[in-house]
Amino acid sequence: MMASSYSAKEEDGHPSGAAGTSNSSAMKSKKPDNTAFKQQRLPAWQPILTAGTVLPAFFVIGLIFIPIGIGLFVTSNNIKEIEIDYTGTDASEPCYSCSDKSKGNSTEPTTPCTCEVSFNLEEPFESNVFMYYGLSNFYQNHRRYVKSRDDSQLNGDISSLTNPSKECEPYRESEKKPIAPCGAIANSLFNDTLKLFFVFPNGSKSEIPLIKKGIAWWTDKNVKFRNPGGNNNLTAVFSGTIKPVNWKIPVYELDTDPDNNGFINEDFIVWMRTAALPTFRKLYRLIEKKNSITPALARGNYTLEIIYNYPVDKFEGRKRMILSTISWMGGKNPFLGIAYITVGSVCFFLGVVLLIIHHKYGNRNNSADIPN
Amino acid sequence: MDCSYIRSLINRYCAGEENWVDSRTIYVGHREPPPGAEAYIPQRYPDNRIVSSKYTFWNFVPKNLFEQFRRIANFYFLIIFLVQLIIDTPTSPVTSGLPLFFVITVTAIKQGYEDWLRHKADNAVNRCPVHIIQHGKVVRKQSRKLRVGDIVLVKEDETFPCDLIFLSSSREDGTCFVTTASLDGESSHKTYFAVQDTKSFHTEEEVDRINATIECEQPQPDLYKFVGRINIYQNRDEPAARPLGSENLLLRGATLKNTEYIFGVAIYTGMETKMALNYQSKSQKRSAVEKSMNAFLVVYLCILISKALVNTVLKYVWQSNPNRDEPWYNQKTESERQRNTFLKAFTDFLAFMVLFNYIIPVSMYVTVEMQKFLGSYFITWDEEMFDDELGEGALVNTSDLNEELGQVEYVFTDKTGTLTENNMQFIECCIDGHVYVPHAICNGQIMPGTTGIDMIDSSPVEEGMESEELFFRALCLCHTVQVKEEETIDGIKKGLQQCSKSSSSSVYISSSPDEVALVEGMKRLGFTYLRLKDSYMEIQNREDSIERFELMEVLSFDSVRRRMSVIVRSHTGDYYLFCKGADSSIFPRVIKGKVEQVRARVEHNAVEGLRTLCVAYKMLKKDEYESVCRQLNSAKLALHDREKKLAEAYDEIEQDLILLGATAVEDRLQEKAADTIESLHKAGMKVWVLTGDKMETAAATCYASRLFHRNTQILELTTKRTEEQSLHDVLFELSRTVHQHSGSLSRDSISGLSQDMQDYGLIIDGATLSSVMKPTEDGSSGNYKEIFLEICRNCSAVLCCRMAPLQKAQIVKLIKASKEHPITLAIGDGANDVSMILEAHVGIGIMGKEGRQAARNSDYAIPKFKHLKKMLLVHGHYYYIRIAELVQYFFYKNVCFIFPQFLYQFFCGFSQQPLYDTAYLTLYNISFTSLPILLYSLIEQHVGMDILKKDPYLYMDISKNCLLRWRTFIYWTFLGVFDALVFFFGAYFLFDNTTLTSNGQLMTANTHLMFGNWTFGTLVFTVLVFTVTLKLALDTHYWTWINHFVIWGSLLFYVVFSLLWGGIIWPFLNYQRMYYVFMQMLSSGPAWLGIILLITVSLLPDVVKKVICRQLWPTTAEKIQNAEKQLKPDGFSEFTPLSSLHSSNYRNSDRRNQPQRRSDQLSKKLMYTHWGNHDYCTFSSLSVSDSKSNSSSGLETSV
Repeated sequence: MMASSYSAKEEDGHPSGAAGTSNSSAMKSKKPDNTAFKQQRLPAWQPILTAGTVLPAFFVIGLIFIPIGIGLFVTSNNIKEIEIDYTGTDASEPCYSCSDKSKGNSTEPTTPCTCEVSFNLEEPFESNVFMYYGLSNFYQNHRRYVKSRDDSQLNGDISSLTNPSKECEPYRESEKKPIAPCGAIANSLFNDTLKLFFVFPNGSKSEIPLIKKGIAWWTDKNVKFRNPGGNNNLTAVFSGTIKPVNWKIPVYELDTDPDNNGFINEDFIVWMRTAALPTFRKLYRLIEKKNSITPALARGNYTLEIIYNYPVDKFEGRKRMILSTISWMGGKNPFLGIAYITVGSVCFFLGVVLLIIHHKYGNRNNSADIPN
Repeated sequence: MDCSYIRSLINRYCAGEENWVDSRTIYVGHREPPPGAEAYIPQRYPDNRIVSSKYTFWNFVPKNLFEQFRRIANFYFLIIFLVQLIIDTPTSPVTSGLPLFFVITVTAIKQGYEDWLRHKADNAVNRCPVHIIQHGKVVRKQSRKLRVGDIVLVKEDETFPCDLIFLSSSREDGTCFVTTASLDGESSHKTYFAVQDTKSFHTEEEVDRINATIECEQPQPDLYKFVGRINIYQNRDEPAARPLGSENLLLRGATLKNTEYIFGVAIYTGMETKMALNYQSKSQKRSAVEKSMNAFLVVYLCILISKALVNTVLKYVWQSNPNRDEPWYNQKTESERQRNTFLKAFTDFLAFMVLFNYIIPVSMYVTVEMQKFLGSYFITWDEEMFDDELGEGALVNTSDLNEELGQVEYVFTDKTGTLTENNMQFIECCIDGHVYVPHAICNGQIMPGTTGIDMIDSSPVEEGMESEELFFRALCLCHTVQVKEEETIDGIKKGLQQCSKSSSSSVYISSSPDEVALVEGMKRLGFTYLRLKDSYMEIQNREDSIERFELMEVLSFDSVRRRMSVIVRSHTGDYYLFCKGADSSIFPRVIKGKVEQVRARVEHNAVEGLRTLCVAYKMLKKDEYESVCRQLNSAKLALHDREKKLAEAYDEIEQDLILLGATAVEDRLQEKAADTIESLHKAGMKVWVLTGDKMETAAATCYASRLFHRNTQILELTTKRTEEQSLHDVLFELSRTVHQHSGSLSRDSISGLSQDMQDYGLIIDGATLSSVMKPTEDGSSGNYKEIFLEICRNCSAVLCCRMAPLQKAQIVKLIKASKEHPITLAIGDGANDVSMILEAHVGIGIMGKEGRQAARNSDYAIPKFKHLKKMLLVHGHYYYIRIAELVQYFFYKNVCFIFPQFLYQFFCGFSQQPLYDTAYLTLYNISFTSLPILLYSLIEQHVGMDILKKDPYLYMDISKNCLLRWRTFIYWTFLGVFDALVFFFGAYFLFDNTTLTSNGQLMTANTHLMFGNWTFGTLVFTVLVFTVTLKLALDTHYWTWINHFVIWGSLLFYVVFSLLWGGIIWPFLNYQRMYYVFMQMLSSGPAWLGIILLITVSLLPDVVKKVICRQLWPTTAEKIQNAEKQLKPDGFSEFTPLSSLHSSNYRNSDRRNQPQRRSDQLSKKLMYTHWGNHDYCTFSSLSVSDSKSNSSSGLETSV
């Protein structure tokens, strides 16, 4: 197409006296340059994928992948993890009384409902323990949900604070006042409170200290999320706004620590990073190992105390609490190890198959094929 | 073009009935006709403005946009873009708008620039000064102000500003010389003649006094056709009417040469000039690759629509539960809730379309076009296709067909000037049965060692002297050769110049090389044609005295009559008619002479492959001459059917001739023509020679060019045979013969390479062909055609002789339409080949001696026939594999790209949530994965260039569009789907239920961080980009530094871009979702491990498939690759320098052979075969061990 239009131009020919005379001199220069590129003779490496060249690669991949896979698998298996579902859909479950089902249709929980779940750790969790909450069937990745936020408001922009983005609809305004933080994501902030108690054999409980800072991305907390007008006197800054409709407290009362209050509250930041899949878990608290001798969580009985606020029953969701240790490769993840072992073995197997093919058929038609 | 058409329409309808006539009347110098002339309503003519530009300043934007959006792909993306603007779609309009904008802008800039150049050129032309005679004075005017009827003065070396009727020139005889190089490429000087009655007006005052009207036809594009009449009013007498022909018409664009000045009257101006009318662009040819590409696109469009439909349906099924449709945490706005369900479903469908629309990539069109456009430069740059003699290399007129060069199945070639050099040499003449041979053969130089050859076979007897001299005079007079004294001549004629330098400085120039050869030959036999002066032709005879003949009439040559005649008056006052022409057109008209002897000699010469002409004469008495004159004049004056009337007149005049003798002219085979044809045969192409020449000559050329071998069984389908038997019987007999053979073929030759088996050659002539094609009474024409095609299919070579230009096109069309729909290629050098060049899938023009018309109308033009070999076997092959990979790869990479997004819908509640960030969506095809494939498709060479040339069998590897068959396409698509599944579910399992986490060493110690949906997408995208690029890397067989740079460079670019894109809070964006996502992902160990794993898994099946296929079922190319790798270390280095040696040796031996070939027929035949054995070297056939291949390459160099 392009060339044809060029040639059309040439054909127009616009005859002028000059063109005719310059023709002969132009002819001399028409000879193409003898450069390697123009003659398509650039020096080149010409690899060919033959059985001979690929075989070693297959064996090498096999030999590398299988040990990695075994390493990953072992590491993953050494990670201790316990998962406790406290949704309470069934009447036998301890949190049934707090769940929506028992309350019927009244959506206004006047008093916070508290329930307790007991569990037993058969093995101590030696290293630092991470505490997660998990939700299932919660579509944080729904398009309408994902975009329902205003990043500039969260970044502390004053004008966005009073005039949030249209993307936040229908969680943009309430009672003619702008919502801060606006949007569906903020509005649905997970608001169960989880507490963990160690139950001594004698029945007395001791609360395990949960660290609530350091659970969000450093960049999120320090760059992406900012309180409008700095961290001082949030009440005044947020005075023209209203709290999200589902919230019980305004954003400036999320925490007493000014470094963890307002938009830079880490629970809030974690929630704002929307999950990729409808079943997800989010980091809730850290349990640090006190010293090198005692494990972070010793063997024994524990009680999980939940201030049950978050309704999941309506969308048939589940709520879980997870305790997990961590290794160099992250959390419990048998998939990666298994996959590595499988792929490594397949490569090795293919290598053997190719070797057989190569020896059986390679000599038949082109013995000269294999370079060296 | 449109403009002028509309203008002429307006003229017709507004100016009234009178202008409906087919002719126009022009008043020379706007002078009113004398009273008594017919009433005249002035017609309106366009001014002399040339408009080649498409756009004006004002209409550029709308018109250009309109033009661009007429292309279906652009329109599709525009629709997508508009949909994105109108409805609430998952991706921002930028993602499709930006690429579209980019494409449109680039194209618009290119077209705008071209148009600006055209405007500039137009302006230069339209403003250039012309000289007009007004009131007896010369006035300068701008060219565009020229009007029909103006008298124009044109000086030497100026171009004519419009189409002019030639009134008078500075030369006494009223002629002028013109080159039409810029019109049809013929650089020879042509003579034009002024109107007889006005040629004596030499000054501007005199010219201004001319009172005349011109009637002529309305403008038409044929450059060589013009009929008109001029009525000259002198002294109030009845006007003298004179005919006007194309010899009186000076065309715009031609240049005046060797003439001081001329006067002419403008008859066609501006866009009505013949040059402007010839602007019409040819119809676009589309390549087979493009067709399959479009078929694939349709498939993908179906996939796209079904994906969108499936998702829409599933969405509503899934949403039937209100808690899913609108859970408490994710409420809809009021307006969304109230929208009509049907409308909602429709917008959802559109939104899914938009989300998946990248599966049809906008950039594919751009890349394909860039590839074709840039790739075609390799053809023009090719040094091997550069001809030093001509000073030109190959030309690409249509880059759209590059890959089609690799798909050719039928080659239709012209003979004269294509297979042969069209550089004629006079070989011998035969007068009354005595053979005369000039003492040296002139082919640019005097051949050494030729003195020993007999000059004359048998010395003429005394009484023969008279007819001998008459014969020589006849040849000296009966031609249209011009004598040129100066040295300024173009390259083609240099050979002649050198040749004649020895005796005089003059050079013969003619549009027909045969004539030049004849006149040159006569010169060597003692009769020199000196010049044509004032209608007297001067000849220097053997006694060095000058004889003058008055040239009375020229009955010019045409291809229907196949002869020409002149009528001259000798100094004694006798009228002679000399006629020369093809034997078939002369013999029936001969009544006297030694017909039998001459005929025998002519046939003998024809068998040797010489071009023969017969010469005859007759004496005319004065009254006979006068009646002839009247006849001719009345025919010439006719405005309508002049051609027909002239032909009738000629036919009547050229009767009752006396045969003088015959001439033989050799047209040498082009260098390496035989080698080229053999290569084409080996490459599985069927070569047909279509020529207007007679059967014997053509057949001899075919043997010489190894189209027919000695063991080829020739099947004849000629008039000679059909006279004996009916066409029906002949056809059936032939088909039986052929079928017997093909039956044995299937048994014997499983090897497939058709060297040792019996092959057939078919010879058919034009007359028989037309009866084959002609529908018979009982309507069984289709049957004949089928049988004919069946026979042709089984013949390795077909020779069609005695073909008219249109029949050539018919044959091409016939083959094109046969049931296999083969790809055809036509190659030719002359105007008579244009029809077939335009008809064939690929048209190749040879920049020959018969002008540039073929080259101009072709898709590709090459200097010599031998260049066809490289063009097809190397360039065609490369372009095909390159574009095939390009197309398949583009679809593949977009399946990989979009399919995960489709899968993601199942996990996000069918909410059209895009998996990737906007920037990734936009840039994936534009920058992350575009350059590697573009560069691959420009420089990939799976097999070395030399191998491709040496081993034409490789061409069959890619025949029948085999790399773009459905099987391959489906393989690529499934590979894409598989990879997409690996990407998506790989990432899914990494994320699902477990925590893909980073331990955050980078940020804060020992933090366990969470990844969201954008990290998920980025992980998939990273794997995607790497896999897709590495897949291309695995397919690349030719790693130059460019490939390394581009492949690793674009991966690096992706990483750098991602770091940058996520590294900054972009102030102009209203979301910061990508902030630090990429870095966080990279800081996680499992993510790295996952990426490596997924890339490995996705590439694995393709590698395994490739290796196993190569091992078990290798294609020819793959075998060659293996062999090449083996041979390279020892064989390669010595090969290259020797091959250049070889070519020069070849030429020398060719020259040495020359005289011997002529001297003895037997030894010539021997020479041919001997030469032929060495001439073509077979590279190792594939199964042969490499010691054999070494020896054969040694053979090649020894020649």
